[in-house]
Amino acid sequence: MAFSHLLELENVHTELSLAEGTLRAVDGVSLTIDAGETLGIVGESGSGKSMTALSIMRLLPRSGRIVEGSIRFKDRVLSDLSEDEMEAIRGTEMAMIFQDPMTSLNPVYRTGWQVGEPLRIHRHVRSGEAIATATDLFQQVGIPDARSRVRHFPHMLSGGMRQRAMIAMGLSMSPSLLIADEPTTALDVTIQAQILDLLRRLNREYGTATILITHNLGVVAGMCDRVIVMYAGRIVEQGRTEDVFSHPEHPYTWSLLRSIPRLDAEPHEPLTPIEGSPPDMVHLPAGCKFQPRCPFAVARCSREEPSLLQVRDQLARCWVTQAGTELNA
Amino acid sequence: MSNAPAIVAAEGPIRRRPVALLELARKNRGVLVGLALVAVLFLVALLAPVISPHDPIATEPDNAYLPPLSPGHALGTDELGRDQISRILWGARISLPVAFVAVAVGLVAGGLIGLVSGYAGGLTDLLLMRVIDALLAFPALILAIALVAALGPSLRNAMIAIGIVAIPAYARLVRAVVLQLKPMEFVVATRSLGATPVRIVLRHLIPNLMNPVLVQVSLSAGFAILAEAVLSFLGLGAQPPTPDWGQMITTGRTFLPNDPWLAIIPGVAISITVYSFNLLGDSLRDALDPRLRR
Amino acid sequence: MTTYVLRRLVLMVPVAFLVTVGVFMLIHLTPGDPALIILGEDRSPQAIAQIHQELGLDKPLYVQYVIWIDNVVHGDWGRSITTHEPVAGAITERLPATIELGVVALIWSLLVAIPLGTVAAVRRGSVVDKLATGIAVAGVSVPNFFIGIVLIFVLSVSARLFPFGGYVPFFQDPWESLRHVALPAIALGTAGTAINMRFTRSSMIEVLGLDYIRTARAKGASWRRVVFIHALKNALIPVVTIVGLQIGGIIEGAVVTETVFTWPGVGRLAVESIFNRDYTVVQGVVLLAAFSYMVANLVVDLVYGWLDPRISYA
Repeated sequence: MAFSHLLELENVHTELSLAEGTLRAVDGVSLTIDAGETLGIVGESGSGKSMTALSIMRLLPRSGRIVEGSIRFKDRVLSDLSEDEMEAIRGTEMAMIFQDPMTSLNPVYRTGWQVGEPLRIHRHVRSGEAIATATDLFQQVGIPDARSRVRHFPHMLSGGMRQRAMIAMGLSMSPSLLIADEPTTALDVTIQAQILDLLRRLNREYGTATILITHNLGVVAGMCDRVIVMYAGRIVEQGRTEDVFSHPEHPYTWSLLRSIPRLDAEPHEPLTPIEGSPPDMVHLPAGCKFQPRCPFAVARCSREEPSLLQVRDQLARCWVTQAGTELNA
Repeated sequence: MSNAPAIVAAEGPIRRRPVALLELARKNRGVLVGLALVAVLFLVALLAPVISPHDPIATEPDNAYLPPLSPGHALGTDELGRDQISRILWGARISLPVAFVAVAVGLVAGGLIGLVSGYAGGLTDLLLMRVIDALLAFPALILAIALVAALGPSLRNAMIAIGIVAIPAYARLVRAVVLQLKPMEFVVATRSLGATPVRIVLRHLIPNLMNPVLVQVSLSAGFAILAEAVLSFLGLGAQPPTPDWGQMITTGRTFLPNDPWLAIIPGVAISITVYSFNLLGDSLRDALDPRLRR
Repeated sequence: MTTYVLRRLVLMVPVAFLVTVGVFMLIHLTPGDPALIILGEDRSPQAIAQIHQELGLDKPLYVQYVIWIDNVVHGDWGRSITTHEPVAGAITERLPATIELGVVALIWSLLVAIPLGTVAAVRRGSVVDKLATGIAVAGVSVPNFFIGIVLIFVLSVSARLFPFGGYVPFFQDPWESLRHVALPAIALGTAGTAINMRFTRSSMIEVLGLDYIRTARAKGASWRRVVFIHALKNALIPVVTIVGLQIGGIIEGAVVTETVFTWPGVGRLAVESIFNRDYTVVQGVVLLAAFSYMVANLVVDLVYGWLDPRISYA
């Protein structure tokens, strides 16, 4: 029997039908994650990273639909499952936490009630027991004074604390996979670091495989074993974090890395923002989707779209690097 | 049956130009249909003397209780042999002017109160707004009924009463827009250039008020027609033999077991009319400011 | 919270004052001498003087107001001009019928509006949604007295399913009472049904699009649980406001419906009194209507805060 991954996406296409037209939010994404691993998915907003996550959870908005490809989780094909079977997996075996802790908690229920809810849904425990577990979870995720905090309504908690509560909720059933969609974007910088620490610690202690979705490469660097870079619904580069960071093989990754400040940079080396604007997802250019913004583009780039191929230690979707050229300023 | 909800002026971009009604109608089906229906109603009211086949108050006892689709009387005749369709058409000449006058009373009085209140601020504002609060403390129809009870039942007094009921919505609307505009740069600027308050009002407030007032006018016209029908139904508005829809229902319902159409036809007329104005008002509100959609 | 309640109460004082002045002035709004209007053709000087004395019209206006309001506060709402019965008594006697009608109408409207509005929101664009939208539009455009008449014609006169007219007190015979109240309650509740459904639907649509609904789904909550536990409580918060105002406005709707169904409630009392020129009774009903409406407004505000923990009463 072949070695099987915890989660495996194969050539997943997800479409959104909007008023402006139908767009491929996720276009042929294949990826795997193994137990205990941490995978980063990086991209601008609209690059399809959140839609990939929602496709895995089967929580797409009304306008969204997976049109092609398969998603296998623990040897089950998720698209074959009924809604009931999917509900039994959500919150128990795979959990998800969201970007904005301000709006992701229900304002009219106490936080402890909400954090303990998965236990009541899936294990049918009584509410007193669920609250007790929630109190434990609050302590584990570092919410001080857990006993009284479980009785608070979400609006009485700070943003950081609410995100901790969200994480506690995600972990309440000890899932094997946790998807964190921009978990720190809405938070202050100091709180961001604390939340990332917490996620790292939980990943180590419980062996929960984690998919961390972010637009911030800095977050990935400190946390993830592997990283996937997405652009216009496609994976443009994929590899071990240190490989991708030390020698990016896609111009988009290369530009992203140059746009973040580095401690070891020359003091006067300027930061270079990425030229151009994110692509119009309804009317994508022919050929390589990044080509209009790419400083390395050659004639072939606007004609044919490259495939995701091995370039040195990682995979990249670029004619230039696949031809052996090194990216340099 | 409550008063049409008052719309609060939107906070958003201030220098909105009033949108041409016809242009809106081209883009929005609701506005188009509402506008068309209202236009037809006004035409009916205007042309009733021309298009009515009979005199609406001429009795013809030999031809009483004719059912609809009788020869010469498309909607039949009532207990006195009066032609129903003529009475219905003439009824528009009662309902629409009543609504028009009532809305005008509400708009002018409410608008002035709102203007003074918002512009003067301070104690004047405080006092005027408490009066408005007091008016709003009465359920709309109760206030109208109480006023008619005091003034004496008649169509004219019904108009006045319904107009008074409409005041608070306009007062609050106009005041909100004034308060919103007052600190705006262009108002302060024109003021410092020596423009008189009246000029400022005419130049800047009126255009900004057009859209929300337009919506409110259609909605309160719907309410006015409904309220007039209620008052006349209760015998507090139009008096016999006026061909008034509400009044026709009052007499018609006596004959319900055998001649139900005598009550049902005017009821349908009221419903269509109120629906037309409500549709126009709702669609205008949606078209002019999607954030106000409910 | 206490400070908020107190502040609301303080703010209500000037409004309540103006309302009572308005109601008091009702009699004085009538053009000419109220006594003449009350008496009609029979206007002997003694009769006029008697009316003047009865109404206290021989004193200055502000004195009349002070006496009147003092009496009102102490439960003396004056005497009926026609029957000489105490107004407060006449109203209390009629109140149970109105309350039964109003409560049944409200329950009926909510029983229809909330499920229909919820289903319409969850299945947007479906047949149920179109039906709901249709009812919502018709409900606010068709006058309730006309609905009443149609109901009488269809269900009472033609189908003979329900009795027409007549009121049986609920505690005397609950079943008969409900049979009698059914048609007027449906007629009275229709406008409310339309409004409540519209509110439920739009509020539900809004809530279902919010992030915490996705959170609940991510926990593995079923659609049913999401809709009924996570969304409904939030979605009904704005509906509560509207329902509260409908409770406060029971007398308003009752005026018309009670006339159509010859229902012996406060509303019909008001209409009868208007025709009998019994101004003290009219005054009493208007005062009661205004005050129940004001109190409902206040209660709604307070309940709103209780339902939505985000609202602070700083």
